[in-house]
Amino acid sequence: MELGYFDSYIFVIVFILLGVALPVGALTFGRLLRPKNPYDKKLSTYESGIEPTGDAQVRFHAAYYIVALEFVIFDVETVFLYPWAMALGELGWVGLNGGLIFIAILALGLAYSWKKKVLEWN
Amino acid sequence: MDLLTMILYAVIILGALLGAVTYAILFERKVIGYMQLRPGPNRHGPWGLFQTIADVMKLLMKEDIIPTAADKKIFIIAPVLAFVPSFAIFATIAWSENIVGADLNIGVLYFIGISSITTLGVLMGGWSSNNKYSLLGAIRGVAQVISYEIPLVLSIIGVVILVGSLNFREIVLYQESIGMWLIIPQFLAFIVYMISAIAELNRSPFDLPEAESELVSGYHTEYSGFRFAFFMLAEYVYAIAISALATTLFLGGWLGPAFLPGILWFLLKMCFFMFFWFWLRATLPRARVDHLMGFGWKVLIPLALLNIVITAIIKVWMG
Repeated sequence: MELGYFDSYIFVIVFILLGVALPVGALTFGRLLRPKNPYDKKLSTYESGIEPTGDAQVRFHAAYYIVALEFVIFDVETVFLYPWAMALGELGWVGLNGGLIFIAILALGLAYSWKKKVLEWN
Repeated sequence: MDLLTMILYAVIILGALLGAVTYAILFERKVIGYMQLRPGPNRHGPWGLFQTIADVMKLLMKEDIIPTAADKKIFIIAPVLAFVPSFAIFATIAWSENIVGADLNIGVLYFIGISSITTLGVLMGGWSSNNKYSLLGAIRGVAQVISYEIPLVLSIIGVVILVGSLNFREIVLYQESIGMWLIIPQFLAFIVYMISAIAELNRSPFDLPEAESELVSGYHTEYSGFRFAFFMLAEYVYAIAISALATTLFLGGWLGPAFLPGILWFLLKMCFFMFFWFWLRATLPRARVDHLMGFGWKVLIPLALLNIVITAIIKVWMG
């Protein structure tokens, strides 16, 4: 099967559309089979059997925010490593040196956040 | 290839995946059953073969409950958003030399990029439920998945350096040309990949997002019926996808002795990985959340970076 450049992406779109169609179709079809008998008690939030108190959409711990920031930094840097990794065969020693310096900076950043106890989880 | 063939291919893959998930669930319950010296499900059909089908029918007939406190629109979108990427990944998997879907030249990158979207579905589901267990499960899950995504992505770079391509087919053809599977020259990457993959899949011993002893059921506590089913489906489809990626990257894809066709070798290797996930679940206790986060950042990422450095030097050295 030989595919053109854009044909491959049409293929991806077909997969995504079919992926949406399955849940939509199944839930619509399920409407014919499932009972519908809502009342207040049933629709209340589950909290292990006791009356639910307060709202759950609250501000959560700052540690999660820091992990997210750390993730964004490292993820972007990994994306930079991919083109370098692909071209390394042709870049030779010059490309290798550049990449190693980049990775060293990355490792330095990791060591810094380690020392700053960002990676501790309490 | 025309549009009709593409749609047909996609429908066949979807059908095969639904069947595979159905029996992966039975397989998991059986494997864990035998490991715990009990027979596992055996009432519906011979050897319990219809058990999962009965479960799916039951879910289909369950009432669809959307709590009043929930954010209705996001609550409805979340399971769909979690499922679609897990299926879209399969567009690019190379099952054998001739059976390839979309032969993307950025296959690996596409796989990683699309699969991250599932996290968004999990977070949306957990947040919109307006339930404390759901919220805790969701933010824990997201923190875990994004932390382990970095070592996972970094471990694949080692393979990319050696092969010089992101295309699934070319990765396997490279392994054919050097006459060995990449698990041998990339063993460190393989270890890092496997550990991060388990965390990415939220499977035991890293199943903290749905730690049922403390969080009821984690981010899908408020979901019932088929909406719940789509979260579960996404989870298992993703387990199959990660196994397929591991097979392609490290175990030589469809390569194997000629007495079986290539696609069967591919599926056999995938089954091995699936068995491995189930085996771990029956063997290891759940890790603690601080241990888990620390291990990813302090052990796996340095190891993955070390692997990249070593591989890059060897690659340039050898020319």
